[in-house]
Amino acid sequence: MTETLLELKGLEVTFKTRRGVLKAVDDLSLTVNKGEILGIVGESGAGKSMTGAAIIGLIDPPGRVSKGEIWFEQERMDEHPQQLRGKQISMVFQDPLTSLNPLRTVGDQLVETILAHMYVTKAQARQRAQDGLAEVGIDPDRINAYPHAFSGGMRQRVVIALALATEPKLVIADEPTTALDVSVQAQVLDLLKKLCRERGTSVILITHDMGVMAQTSDRIAVMYAGRLAEIGDTREVLSNPQHPYTQGLMASTPSVDAKSFGSELFQIPGAMPKLDALPPGCAFNPRCSQAHERCRTSRPPMVSGRAACWLMEDAS
Amino acid sequence: MLLIILRRLGQSIFVLFLVAFISFMIFRYVGNPVDNLLGQEATTERREALIESLGLNDPLHVQYFDFVVRALQFDFGVSYRTGMPVAEMIVQRLPATIELALVSAVFAILLGVVAGVYTAINRRGFIANAILSSSLIGVSLPTFLIGVLLIWIFAVELKWLPSFGRGTAVDLGFWSTGFLTISGLKSLILPGIMLGLYQMTLIMRLTRAEMLEVLRQDYIKFAKARGLPDRTVYFGHALKNTLVPVITIAGLQLGSIVAFAIITETVFQWPGVGLMFINAVYFVDIPVMSAYLLLVGTLFVLINLIVDLLYLLIDPRLRDGQLRRAGS
Repeated sequence: MTETLLELKGLEVTFKTRRGVLKAVDDLSLTVNKGEILGIVGESGAGKSMTGAAIIGLIDPPGRVSKGEIWFEQERMDEHPQQLRGKQISMVFQDPLTSLNPLRTVGDQLVETILAHMYVTKAQARQRAQDGLAEVGIDPDRINAYPHAFSGGMRQRVVIALALATEPKLVIADEPTTALDVSVQAQVLDLLKKLCRERGTSVILITHDMGVMAQTSDRIAVMYAGRLAEIGDTREVLSNPQHPYTQGLMASTPSVDAKSFGSELFQIPGAMPKLDALPPGCAFNPRCSQAHERCRTSRPPMVSGRAACWLMEDAS
Repeated sequence: MLLIILRRLGQSIFVLFLVAFISFMIFRYVGNPVDNLLGQEATTERREALIESLGLNDPLHVQYFDFVVRALQFDFGVSYRTGMPVAEMIVQRLPATIELALVSAVFAILLGVVAGVYTAINRRGFIANAILSSSLIGVSLPTFLIGVLLIWIFAVELKWLPSFGRGTAVDLGFWSTGFLTISGLKSLILPGIMLGLYQMTLIMRLTRAEMLEVLRQDYIKFAKARGLPDRTVYFGHALKNTLVPVITIAGLQLGSIVAFAIITETVFQWPGVGLMFINAVYFVDIPVMSAYLLLVGTLFVLINLIVDLLYLLIDPRLRDGQLRRAGS
């Protein structure tokens, strides 16, 4: 029996600009179950990070959540995100080199975070901090070291320790490995996955890397131009993608087997439209090879909770 | 770490010797000290005797060496105008200037940093914008005009504060202080504001700009995402990262507070070294001028040295000899 931890209902994030109001996230509904890893994929500008920022309540003005609801453990939380921020929901950012305050020791930053959310003494917090470092594979004696004394991969481990220090129920990992060397990426991902599985912590993993997604997540959500294009079990979506955009993404993922040596990569023609110049109907229609009249006039709904595409509706 | 400190010390001493050299050259070549000391009707023998006793026949480097040795013993010669030893004049007048500089520095740094942080955090707030706009006045009005305005409002119209002088100073033997009497403290307010206002607005604008820059950094976002209270994010994480550039400018400004004290001391007839310098310029009192130059030079060098050491205290990356800039 899967229990719902987080539910987004018709989430909309808008930005007021001189060229009008832009929808960075447009009518997004999805759920995250307890203990599961949900991957969100999409190109840059598809609204993945904005979704993460909206959940934790950290959208920089002039952006704001303009519509929709965010439910966390059966409670509406979009009106008071600061109550859950850091304690129930924490975040791992893309660049570990800039995520840590360079002027304060890692231990200091850990202890401070623990003290902000848990009823423990300073000594207990310090002990917890050391345990946390040990868990992510860092020598606890390095608690008084400054961030610059660690390599990129090590710093991302510290960031993970920080994100898990308060035993949150949900971790939002925004491109956690993009800034790391390929050889370190797998280690950090495995660590994040292992620690969250052990604690039953849910993860929203935001990435543009289909490979990372395939290895790590239980379910996948594909976003395009601020809208949800497809969502489903990782195996399902990868083996039988329904939305033409997902199919294109899969086809354009480079593989390293001998068969594909020298062959040209597939490309989806065109580029994702700018948010101020979205086409009517399905946002993907100008790039879609299977688009027909209906796709150009009206926006497709989610069909059987899987993909927002008229083709699927026509098939059923 | 120790190496960095020693190297900075070495550099400071070198700069001090250079300052001493310039100050020595002024003493030696601007005007003729012998003429100044003897006047028109002296006999040739007396001139020769004085030149010999002043050591003016010695080669240049020997004279320079003598000058430095005497300067190290706080012997800067005798004022042409008053006939008093210059060192004694400086010791008499330095406390007044230092106290004034201290008051305006504390005023400038405290208020500047606080207002800078406030305007950065409440970027769109009404009060923040009001502070910012009025700070433009502080930057663009000339200092002496502000001094005169202050005197007009608070001394002439409201009669709250004295318009000139130092009030009653208490002599502690080696130091005469205005901090211990009410009239002394009251006298410090107006010149302190006048001297510190420009530096205050400068520090405020710099703090604000740096703070805004730091608040955009990922570690601030991450600190917020960890649910730390705003106070901790702003003061525990952001402020410290803005301090390195702010301290640099504040340090340099502290030096110029002493240098600019000349104008303030003139407006308020403040009995400090600045006023002494201005009077020395009127009378071409070369020993006083060169001693003042040496004093201000030393002060600048000292402040810079302290600023550099403060960097090491603030930024652990510099302690480890890793000279990358903040943010990386």
